[in-house]
Amino acid sequence: MNDDTAKGAAAEQDRACVEAPPHPVTDGSRFDRRRFLRVLGLGTLAVVPLPVLPELLRQAGLAEAPPEPVRGQGEPARMRDGRIRQWTMIIDLRACDGCQSTGKPPRCTAACVEGHFAPEPMEWIEVYEAELPGGGTQFMPTPCQQCQNPPCVNVCPVGATFSTPEGTVLIDQERCIGCRICMAACPYDRRFFNWGNAPVPPESLLADYSPEHQIPAKKGTVMKCDFCPDMARTGTLPYCVQGCPNDAIYYGDLEEDIATNGRVLVAASRFLSENDAYRLKEDLGTEPRVYYIPGHGEAVGRDAFTPDRLPTEWPWMERADGAVTWQR
Amino acid sequence: MAAVSEWERRLEETALAPIRRTGPRFWALVAALLAVIGWGVYAYWVQIRDGLVVTGMRDRISWGLYIATFVFFIGISHAGTLISAILRVSNARWRTPVTRMAEFVTVVALVCGASFVIIDLGRPDRILNVFIYGRWQSPIMWDVLAITTYLTGSITYLFVPMIPDLALFRDRLGGHTSRWRGWLYRTLAIGWNGNATQRRSLASAIGVLMILIIPIAVSVHTVVSWIFAMTMRVPWDSALFGPFFVAGAIFSGIGILIIVMAILRRAYHLEEYVTEKHFLYLGYLMAAFAAIMIYANINEFMTHGYKLQEGVEFHFRQLFLAEFAPLFWFYLLGGLVSPIVIALLPATRSVRGFVLAAVLVTVAMWIERYFIVVTGLRVPLMPYEPASYTPTWVEWSLLAAGLALFALLITLFSKVFPIIAVWEVAEDHEATVASPDTARRAALEPPKLEGETAR
Repeated sequence: MNDDTAKGAAAEQDRACVEAPPHPVTDGSRFDRRRFLRVLGLGTLAVVPLPVLPELLRQAGLAEAPPEPVRGQGEPARMRDGRIRQWTMIIDLRACDGCQSTGKPPRCTAACVEGHFAPEPMEWIEVYEAELPGGGTQFMPTPCQQCQNPPCVNVCPVGATFSTPEGTVLIDQERCIGCRICMAACPYDRRFFNWGNAPVPPESLLADYSPEHQIPAKKGTVMKCDFCPDMARTGTLPYCVQGCPNDAIYYGDLEEDIATNGRVLVAASRFLSENDAYRLKEDLGTEPRVYYIPGHGEAVGRDAFTPDRLPTEWPWMERADGAVTWQR
Repeated sequence: MAAVSEWERRLEETALAPIRRTGPRFWALVAALLAVIGWGVYAYWVQIRDGLVVTGMRDRISWGLYIATFVFFIGISHAGTLISAILRVSNARWRTPVTRMAEFVTVVALVCGASFVIIDLGRPDRILNVFIYGRWQSPIMWDVLAITTYLTGSITYLFVPMIPDLALFRDRLGGHTSRWRGWLYRTLAIGWNGNATQRRSLASAIGVLMILIIPIAVSVHTVVSWIFAMTMRVPWDSALFGPFFVAGAIFSGIGILIIVMAILRRAYHLEEYVTEKHFLYLGYLMAAFAAIMIYANINEFMTHGYKLQEGVEFHFRQLFLAEFAPLFWFYLLGGLVSPIVIALLPATRSVRGFVLAAVLVTVAMWIERYFIVVTGLRVPLMPYEPASYTPTWVEWSLLAAGLALFALLITLFSKVFPIIAVWEVAEDHEATVASPDTARRAALEPPKLEGETAR
């Protein structure tokens, strides 16, 4: 016991030399423990809040707020009275025959690929072939569903994918870290990853990149259908709408309640209700902005029991220098 | 009393031996591990150069071996917490010779696990975006917070109970060892001299830490499971996922701890301290967790399988009958049932038997993590043919490098830091020798917190 006390005193002296506390230390035990816990606490505090730090800095006005809205996004489109347009797409499956009648791969996909230089094998609007109740199939052109409760936006750790005031979902490929949790979260399989150096033609490198205009593709980031709001604002319909030979795809504004396939103008709400429109996986509560009118191409004379569409082609592939492709 | 001090001296010598003597086999091992890691670095360089296209992952199965290995490593990091904190809280005395190893495993596994997330990133150059633009809505951010907290906590929890042993090394090795070691032990021992005051502080610090570390550890693996459970994928859409992952984590943590114990015991001749009893107790614990895992699996498969909602049939078919069936049955029978059988049969209830069980469990749990990731993504979401995924040489190389890094860090740790909690073992021994009665009672009594903690 004596030995212990002596050792303690020696240590106390040692520490006094090193630390020189501002006041005489009378109660060794309290000082010791407090010092210990202080070191411990400071050590913990120093590392734990790493992720909180930027937020604290921003709150204190010491750091810039992250650019909001994300870089390169245009002003939302407005109606004359100032209301923001709410883009929507209505796909009339009665008029979609998967382009079997043209003898070519689906034209909506082709137009989208050519317009956006979407790298192989990305089909931002993909024509799925679904089973019908009594056998036979229907073709379903499927773009990004532009959910109003988007699972992908919820899970993105860096806000690289985000909802816009126009009700669309975009991706900022200059912020995306490529963690791919959005791909795991998307219930429609509508997200695509640039696994390698994307195969794109040289002219795409001239384009001015923005999240609304995802050209050129960037390695290690996620891409998807952006709903072409930049085109809509200038009075141009999205590539897929323009490309459809059967005018099956309508694009419009729910706020003003209009939609068009480039040939006729319809009142969106009436058109949806009168034709029993539905949305994909409605029960998930994702609230998509893409509506479907049930059918299997009967309006353009397709027999439900004629299966298969032709595979999509990437016409500029021979000009995509040094690129790699991959399978989906 | 002479016997006690003789015993203590031998203990100290055993603890010091790895630092005093370094044979050629050690360097051969380090060289071999470095070679594997070097190969992994080359594979990663190829991946950086060409992109993730060099892996087997594609749009439909967009996570694979890397994420599975991340989950696996975070899982085995629970070894330290469980053995050390839970057994400390419950005052299980037999834990003392193995706590240090368990805490090593925790820290090292966390480092390895975290690196696999970065390996998996498409744009590792933008990793700082997580700090610049981090959003708290994202499960990934919960993970970043939980894992950094857990890493800090477990390093602290490794360090604090080690202080007296570091002081022992400082005193016993002072002048007899290289300068950097002397400096290291001097610095890390932070002026420990073992007086009553310091002992009280240490006890209170350990008391606080062992309570704190348990909820942190539980939260970490829960949050890891939420990366999956927060999505709408059929096999992942389960409230059971959090506890299921935590149980699996502790289960695989015990497995890897038994393996590490067996290796270090043989390498450093710790037979006197790490005895058959430790393998038996940990083996029983592992068998108990195997039972919990079986229970969790039955729960999961019953609630999903009974209703067979959309996608579930496909999922069950691929697991039980088709593509993944052989390895999945290995997981169920080899990984979950066999540890229980080994614990039940007197013939296999031995060090050898439990090491075998531990190897089975560790392999099976890696397979389970892999299946959770891959089969979950494989269930088709839209009308398309199910995708397939086979890891490429790059992914296997990085897995090998990750395991080699794990082994290397454990090896290096064991060469620098005391692998046995000398003072705790000595204290425990003293208590047993001084009054066997007290020790027996302490072992039998219900868990009771030490005085400092209870306050």
